[in-house]
Amino acid sequence: MSPTNYLLLSALLFAVGTVGVLVRRNAIVVFMCVELMLNAVNLSLVTFARINGSLDGQVMAFFVMVVAAAEVVVGLSIIMAIFRTRRTASVDDANLLKY
Amino acid sequence: MTTSIGEAVGFWILGPVALAGGLGMVFSRNAVHSALWLVLTMLSLGLLYMVQSAPFLGFTQIIVYTGAIMMLFVFVLMMVGRDASDSVVEVLRGQRVAAAVLGIGLAGLMIGAVAQSITVPLATGAPPGSNIGGLGLLIFQRYLLAFELTSALIITGAVGAMVYTFAGRARSKAVTQRERVTERLRGPLEKFGSRSGPGVFATADSVATPALLPDGSVAPESLSEIIEATARERLGHSTELSRPGDTHDTSAHEHHSEQDRVQGSQT
Repeated sequence: MSPTNYLLLSALLFAVGTVGVLVRRNAIVVFMCVELMLNAVNLSLVTFARINGSLDGQVMAFFVMVVAAAEVVVGLSIIMAIFRTRRTASVDDANLLKY
Repeated sequence: MTTSIGEAVGFWILGPVALAGGLGMVFSRNAVHSALWLVLTMLSLGLLYMVQSAPFLGFTQIIVYTGAIMMLFVFVLMMVGRDASDSVVEVLRGQRVAAAVLGIGLAGLMIGAVAQSITVPLATGAPPGSNIGGLGLLIFQRYLLAFELTSALIITGAVGAMVYTFAGRARSKAVTQRERVTERLRGPLEKFGSRSGPGVFATADSVATPALLPDGSVAPESLSEIIEATARERLGHSTELSRPGDTHDTSAHEHHSEQDRVQGSQT
């Protein structure tokens, strides 16, 4: 088996995440699809690190994880704030940012 | 270069599981089921990292993603959107078909590009040195600035989360200083605090109420200079009459102290 298979799996996971972002209507599920795309990119970064025989790709994946954690905290609190004012978590209903 | 047999077995077990988790997340109606499918995907991805000689990232993936981030997702789902399953109504006509076509096209494009482009001879084996030690050297030496910026990012994220969480709640509760002063001058509320005990010759605990001497007259030391106006308003002009050195018209003084004593014993 060639390590390229990891990259193919990563591409498939990224495409699945993209379709989920486009299709789903619940804001939290959309957010989870974004997380899936980040994970797919992480897998490809780790695979690149292994192919090149260096650790830099793993460091990049580590930083991606940190940024994803911060992003999840802020994004989920935004969703909570929208839910508190609009009583909905659907991306179709939140068409005004002010009220 | 080909990998070992064990790694191939691990990949062909974990890869389809990860893909099934992703597809299940996209296609399940319930949001909580989506979260659980995503947990499956992240767990198998963490195991794939370990297979690929990245044990630190594998454990970090399991701890941070499945342990922290997905728990956060499930908490928010329980608070917000548990019963809000997706509607089957298409808001934009043909959007799902278009999304499916775009997804398949994207996957085909990337897979074709990857399959065509990766022809370089691959490095053999893991990089020298231990995985965690090498990562530590890289993070704290070459990527130290990025690491410090990461800490600033996390601080900003925490502050932002608190701002969004407490937005609109702190404004209604704010009590101005004048309201506090007014409240205190009005004396203790009926709901909390205690009235004066038996034998205490006072009708209120307010700082505007002066203390009374045993003969019923107002003790001048208990009158505050700052709230003199309030005391006068409450006691009539007996306050200014009882000031030390204020010796004219003692009959009025006696009269008012007599009145005070009568009122105090009645209450």
